[in-house]
Amino acid sequence: MSLFSKENGEIFKGPLNLNNPVAVQVLGICSALAVTSQLMPAIVMGISVTAITAFANVIISLLRKTIPNRIRIIVQLVVVAALVTIVSNILKAYVYDVSVELSVYVGLIITNCILMGRLEAFAMQNSPWPSFLDGIANGLGYAFVLVVVGFVRELLGFGTILGFQIVPDCCYMENGGLYINNGMMTMPAMALILVACFIWVHRIVNEEKK
Amino acid sequence: MGLKKILDNMKPTFSEGGKLSAFGSLFDAMETFFYVPNETAKARGAQIHDAIDSKRSIFFVVIALIPALLFGMYNIGLQHYQATGEESTLVCNFVYGLLAMLPKIIVSYLVGLGIEVAIAQYKKEEVHEGFFVTGILIPMIVPVNCPLWILAIATAFAVIFAKEVFGGTGMNIFNPALVTRAFLFFAYPAMMSGDKVWVNENYMDCINGTIDGYSAATPLGQLAAGEPVSYSAMDTIIGTIPGSIGETSVIAILIGAAILIWAGIASWKIIVSTFVGGALMAYLLPYAGAENFEWWEQLTVGGFCFGAVFMATDPVTSPRTECGKWIFGFLIGALAIIIRVMNPGYPEGMMLAILLMNVFAPLFDYFFVQSNINKRAKRAAK
Repeated sequence: MSLFSKENGEIFKGPLNLNNPVAVQVLGICSALAVTSQLMPAIVMGISVTAITAFANVIISLLRKTIPNRIRIIVQLVVVAALVTIVSNILKAYVYDVSVELSVYVGLIITNCILMGRLEAFAMQNSPWPSFLDGIANGLGYAFVLVVVGFVRELLGFGTILGFQIVPDCCYMENGGLYINNGMMTMPAMALILVACFIWVHRIVNEEKK
Repeated sequence: MGLKKILDNMKPTFSEGGKLSAFGSLFDAMETFFYVPNETAKARGAQIHDAIDSKRSIFFVVIALIPALLFGMYNIGLQHYQATGEESTLVCNFVYGLLAMLPKIIVSYLVGLGIEVAIAQYKKEEVHEGFFVTGILIPMIVPVNCPLWILAIATAFAVIFAKEVFGGTGMNIFNPALVTRAFLFFAYPAMMSGDKVWVNENYMDCINGTIDGYSAATPLGQLAAGEPVSYSAMDTIIGTIPGSIGETSVIAILIGAAILIWAGIASWKIIVSTFVGGALMAYLLPYAGAENFEWWEQLTVGGFCFGAVFMATDPVTSPRTECGKWIFGFLIGALAIIIRVMNPGYPEGMMLAILLMNVFAPLFDYFFVQSNINKRAKRAAK
């Protein structure tokens, strides 16, 4: 089987759209609510989960024939925990501000259902290269939802994008304008509603394809 | 009948295949608003024949709201002229309040009905009547200085996310008017609390949205801040105090309650049990350091009466079982006072208490229906 065969293409495309881990499988919702109040943490979180899912998938796929079936969850957890620790330290070293903002949610990637789901459902049965593609695609599918929700929440909740002021200062009510930032957007409750809206649009768009 | 004839002549243009069929829902809504529809339910299953359909019965609620609405308008003017220190007459107060209130009512109806009609047209259903009440309730439970665009966003949010996603009128879990207020409360806290939002500086400024109004604290605001209440019990019962537009006057609300109970729309059990629950909690949990504030005055300030009479009794979001109604009301009253007294972040607990109990209403129903079934099953087994 060649590296970019049709089957591998399907493995890669599925999670990005028709089998999106957040919008279709409704996994990883907790962190999608917690880290998306601004765009920057959402992007970093998306990249971290993508990297961890991809490499955990590869490692478990390599080990899949040697892991005793009865302790496979423990082995999977050890691999994921090791990768999370590495990512967490890299974040602390290079993007300290963001890692402070993400706080416990980097560590909690271990409990992200997408990871365990992919390891159990895919990496345990497939060879390393398709597993790698599957991990990357699921991570990116997750990251895409995070970025969309983070974009909307930061724009409406703070009037900024990646920290740059988008809504002009003169529009704000303190300065004699009309506009006020929507405080609800900064709360996780609104992220849940935005994820719901994303799913809504996703279903309308994909109605014919199913 | 001139109007009937005009409507009948217009009908073909708006029905399927007609020139203006895109506005069919709107036409249908207007037609059934003026006249009882001709169609009757198909003869299938058990039915109750009644001359008034839900569009007519919902109108009793609007009529019941009118005393509170009129008083609210008068009070807007009164509070304004008291704050500015100008002399004013009763008529002057009222006209001032009317001008401040009208844009809010128009915006709330335009946005809410616009969305409802659009969705009804899209789903090819008839427009339901529930928004007639919601549309008048929304302007009555916001502060007078709330900017119109914020009101429009909140109304749209409530109609879409509290009502239409659940399947429209009659299917909603939460009271849409309260969801509007909750959205405003959490999204724009500066516009919903504090002492600057209750007195309108100028009704034109309300459109422009400047927030430097005259300051006047509500009794609940003073209590939450641990200050002595500067309004007498008489003020709070008549309603000449700052507060959301419809909520201040106990007398006007009780007139509304009488109309609702007489028309058989609101359940007196919910109203009574809400007051019982509230009174009990208010007696047990007095405010610390508020000497000139009797425990029963808790029930006369803030949105307690308005919530108990017009919000808790919403037939859609309250329990159907009679025992459920008693518990539902009691817990609303008790929780409202607990939130008021124990939680410094929320001076007013009525909105949150009702929304919370809305969630539990189906559970109460389930519990009582099941226990009834079990009781009868046991009796049958004997």
